[in-house]
Parts: sequence; structure tokens; C-alpha cells
Amino acid sequence: MAKKVALLQGNTACAYGALYAGCNFFGGYPITPSTEVAEVLSEELPKIGGKFIQMEDEIGAMASVIGASLTGQKALTATSGPGVSLKQELIGYACIAETPCVIINVMRGGPSTGMPTGPGQSDVQQAKWGTHGDHPVIALVPASCQEIFSETVRAFNLAEKYRMPVQVLYDEIVGHMRERIEFPEPGELEVIDREAPSCSPEDYKPFDPSNGDVPPLAAFGSEYRFHVTGLNKAADGFPTTKAELVDAEQRRQLRKIDANIADIESYEEYQTDDAEVVIFAYGSTSRSARYAVNELRKEGVKAGLFRPITLWPFPEKRVAELAQQAKAIIVPELNLGQMNLEVERVAKGACEIIGIHRVDGEPINPGQIMAQVKEVV
Amino acid sequence: MTTAAKTNVLNLSTEEFVHPGNRACSGCGLSILYRIGLKALGRDCIFVVPPSCLTVMQGLFPIAASQMPILNGTFASTAAIATGVRAAMKRRGKQTQVVAWAGDGGTADIGIQALSGALERNEDIIYICYDNEAYMNTGVQRSGTTPQGGLTTTTPYGKKEQGKNLPEIVAAHNPAYVATCSASYPLDFHDKLLKAKQISGLKYIHIQTPCPPGWGCEERMTVKIGKAAIDCGLFDLYEIEDGKKQLSEPSRKLLKKAKLPSVQEYLSMQTRFKALSDEQIAVMQERIDQKWADYRQEFCAE
Repeated sequence: MAKKVALLQGNTACAYGALYAGCNFFGGYPITPSTEVAEVLSEELPKIGGKFIQMEDEIGAMASVIGASLTGQKALTATSGPGVSLKQELIGYACIAETPCVIINVMRGGPSTGMPTGPGQSDVQQAKWGTHGDHPVIALVPASCQEIFSETVRAFNLAEKYRMPVQVLYDEIVGHMRERIEFPEPGELEVIDREAPSCSPEDYKPFDPSNGDVPPLAAFGSEYRFHVTGLNKAADGFPTTKAELVDAEQRRQLRKIDANIADIESYEEYQTDDAEVVIFAYGSTSRSARYAVNELRKEGVKAGLFRPITLWPFPEKRVAELAQQAKAIIVPELNLGQMNLEVERVAKGACEIIGIHRVDGEPINPGQIMAQVKEVV
Repeated sequence: MTTAAKTNVLNLSTEEFVHPGNRACSGCGLSILYRIGLKALGRDCIFVVPPSCLTVMQGLFPIAASQMPILNGTFASTAAIATGVRAAMKRRGKQTQVVAWAGDGGTADIGIQALSGALERNEDIIYICYDNEAYMNTGVQRSGTTPQGGLTTTTPYGKKEQGKNLPEIVAAHNPAYVATCSASYPLDFHDKLLKAKQISGLKYIHIQTPCPPGWGCEERMTVKIGKAAIDCGLFDLYEIEDGKKQLSEPSRKLLKKAKLPSVQEYLSMQTRFKALSDEQIAVMQERIDQKWADYRQEFCAE
């Protein structure tokens, strides 16, 4: 049977991806350019018995998501730069309280109100460093409407598997453009639900590290009674100031990422095998970069594209290898230099790193990238 | 009660503080208020405005609609920024009127904490909320003041909850002055602003502001719809000074009427209410009838 296809906007694809993943709670607040995610879910969630709530502000939206998720729902919020800034304290809370949830950030220009209807990629470092304290971070950067669908599903999977917030960042261009989407059949994409405790309610400890770095999560308010706090906590969830417990707890949180890089990492390479110049690009910018690679190859220039799909944790190993192989890595981004710093850090001086930066509300076009590549070769 | 001037079209100031041509939608109730309101506020005032239709209306460089100094703040912080501006103005010995001017989302939802703080401190500012009953600037999402049953892009089946009664929430803080206005009675707004300027402490003015694209009506119907909301007794114009409430003329004259037009007439002028059931409309009518029965007791006792 032919698959169901549709011409969908990126934000609409995100909403349907969330539903595919089993999302049954959305708490949000209107903000351009992400509002369509909320609008679609306000219509669709009631149909499946899910709950859509437009909250009174961005902080409330994030808080409702945490409350709903701890209590056993698969919860989503969608926002943009100013909203993510307001949510930061609670994103840290979701990390320390080990609460699975997905945050969609449709990126516009910044800082502050910036350019609400224009594209930006200026939140990519905020996704890692936005909330205070050491904390685990997963951020995904889809580049097409189909990929927004599948990466939203994967974001839920990673959130549930590792008991933590996962951010999906895509710029306004990808969020608002329309593309043909093939809806995956049920079962075609993996859908992961959080591990439930196998012990009795009496024996349950919500943050017990003895069986691995990701303790099973019972539904808050069920017969499994437990304590949740934003303070550093012991295995039973109650606060502690014991040095060895606090230390172990924080290191375990980061280990959820560090020990599972292979599972979390995702990237695409295009014509990189023999590439002398590698373009490191993500989101809408990677689409210009792919076009540039095709044109450059026609002219005999050995250019290739490395496109991270998981941005955080950063694909360190592969980028370091490419830095050894290439003369230069070009990093086009809709900001004034963010991921190029990370590429530089990982390349350790093995090749030249050249940023192409644009923050005028216009996309980076293939010509700009091609001109930079030609300058190198 | 402080007495106020009675402005009419003949003695309304001809000085303009808004340039002709702006980026408001045609039929925008806010553009009426902004033009007439600035005439009352005069040149010696400054504005604090959060993201809202008003920021859009002010225009994009190089086509600006306003001649006034405006601080466009962040969404959650209008009354707090105004607090800082007011304090600095006082320290510099200036009497310049500080005016916070926000929409219903920026006032009833994300901005209510800042507003409540300013009310508690009784900051010497005028706070104006133009209430178009949804997030119109971002494309009609429900707000805390969207009426029950109202269709928006995030209440596709009609809003379940009742809207917040924001002027009453504000009045519970017991500020210096509370008034309600309508974009359909701009001169009433003008004169209430003149009065507010004479009062020290926080002055709150709440304006029902019809929005053709958001409410689902023709652009030419803005004033008519605003008047219909008042004539049927749904939205009232009043002032509260020293805790004492007094109906303003367009609402006060309804006290004399034995029967008000049904709310149905007002609702049927707008597509946003088409999901309302007959039962919901009956409940709405009952609430209005009860409110006016109470008003008659309160204001017609003698």
C-alpha cells in the first residue's frame, strides 16, 4: 500500500512527529515562528484524548511539561529564542529531576526580540550552556520537513531513554517551508517509552544508580510514592549535602551522555571521502552547502559536506578525523560564530577553520559558500 | 471623585502625535485609541510597550507612526521597566508622565506578575491595557481574556474557560484609579486619561478593543461591535476611585432601560463565536442579567 503523503510545513511536521512518538501532553505559549506546532496540536491532541494547554507564559509552559511528564505523560513544548531564555531555569530542573521532555526551539534572530519572523541559528550554544550548572545536553538539528518529523520522534526516544530534556532546534526557514512528507507507518520508526520500575513500590528509589546510570522512572502520584526536588539529591530523591553523594550524582548525569555517544550521535556525510574542503553545516544552511558541493564538484573542486543531525553531544571524533584529512573546514551559520568555535576546539589546529556568518535575516546562499571554498583551493 | 473635562469633536486638540499611515490592520480599534489617547497624554510623556500589535503599529524603519519616545521592552516586564523609568525620572526631577501600554497577553498573562508588583507599590504610572481578547499580533491565539466559547487558533473547538476580569483583579489591589474604556468611545478614553494625569499613584485603564481579523468581522464594523458589547450590557464602562465604582455614561444610561438587547446580537456580529451553543449563550445572558440586577441595586438604591 502506498504511504500517506502530504505537503506539510516544518512546524506541522513537528506536531505530527510528536503524535507519532506518543506525545499526549503539550504545554506552550504563542511565539513566532513556532506557534504552528501549538496550533496543530490544539486541534489534534483532543482527538486522541491527549491534553493541549496554552499556558500563561513561557515559564509556565515549561513547568507544565515537567509536571505532566513526571506524572507519566509524554510531554512537549515549542518555542523560540526569547521563550527558551525564559525556560532556562526549568530546563536545568528537568535535568536534575531527570524528567524526560522535548523542547522545540524554532530559531529566529536575537538577542531578545531580535527579528521574530526572520531565521537565525543563534541558539546553538545556548542549547548547551543556557541553564546554569553542569548538566547533560542533547540537541538535534533537523534540516528538512521529513527530518523534523523523524527527529521529533527520536527526541522523544532519547528523552525517555535517558530521562532528560531533549531540545530540537531548527531555524525559521526549515520551520516555515513546506515539503512533501511521507508519513511512516506505525512501527516503522522506533518508539521508546521510559523504563518502568520492576521493584515493588516499597523498594522504589527514583534516582537509584545501582542498576545503571538511568534509573527507572515511576509515574509520580502512582502507588510508587517518591520525592522530587531541584536540590542535589540522594537515591531516594531527598536532598543531600553529602559531598560524595552530590559528586557521584552529578557525574552520573553527565555519564548518561558520555557513555552513550554512539547511540545519541547522528550525522550525514556527503562527498567527504576525498574532500579537500569540508563544509560543516546544519539546518537550512546545510541545504545551501549541499547545493554548493554539487556545483563545486562539477567544476572539479573536491568539496564535501558534514551535516550534524545531533549537534550536542558534538560529533567530536569524526570532525577531528575530517580536520586531519581536509585543508580547511568551512562553517556557514546564521550567527556571528558559534559552532565554528566548537569545530576549532575539536580540530586542534589540524586544518584551517573558516566561518561564514550572517545575521541579517537572510539565508546563506550557495554562492557565498562556493566563493569561500574556491578561495581555499 | 475627581471631575474630568468633557471633550467633544469640536474642542478635541488638533495636534497630532501619530503620523498618518501606520502598519495596523484596517479597522484596527487600537489605532483609534492610540491617536486620540496621545492627544490627551500630550508631548510630555514616554511609553513602555511590550511585544504587541502596538509595536507593529509603530512601524518599521524608516516609516515610523509615532512621534513619542517609546521603550519597547520584553514581553513579561512592562510594568517593571516602567517602574525603573519612573524612579529615574523622579530622581532627575522630571514630571514626565510614564505610560505603560500593553495588550491583554502582555497584561493578563505573561505580564501580570510585573503589573501586580507595580500595583502593590502604587507606582506613579498610567498603565493602559488594550484588550483585543487574544494574541492578535502572533495570529489569534487564545489569551487569559478571550471570552468563553471564543474560537482562536489554539482553541479550535472554542475556549472552555471564562475570560479573566482584569480590571477587577487590578481593583483588588486598590490602586489610585481604575477605569474601563472602549475603542468605540475614544473621547471617553481621552477624558479618562486627562483625569488619570491629575492623580498620583498607579492609574489602570482597560480598553475593550475590537479586532476585525481576530474577531471575524468586517473592518467597517469595529466601532459598531464595540458599542454593541456595551449596549447589551456585556462590557461596562466604569471608573473606580477610592474603592468607589461609578458607571460611565454609555453604561450608566442602561440602568434606565427595562430590558437590554440580547447578547446574541453582539455575538452574531462576529465569526469567533460561531461555535457557541444555545445553552452557552443562555448562560452568558444569565450572567449579564444578574450583573445588571446587581448594578441596579448598587447604583439605583436611592
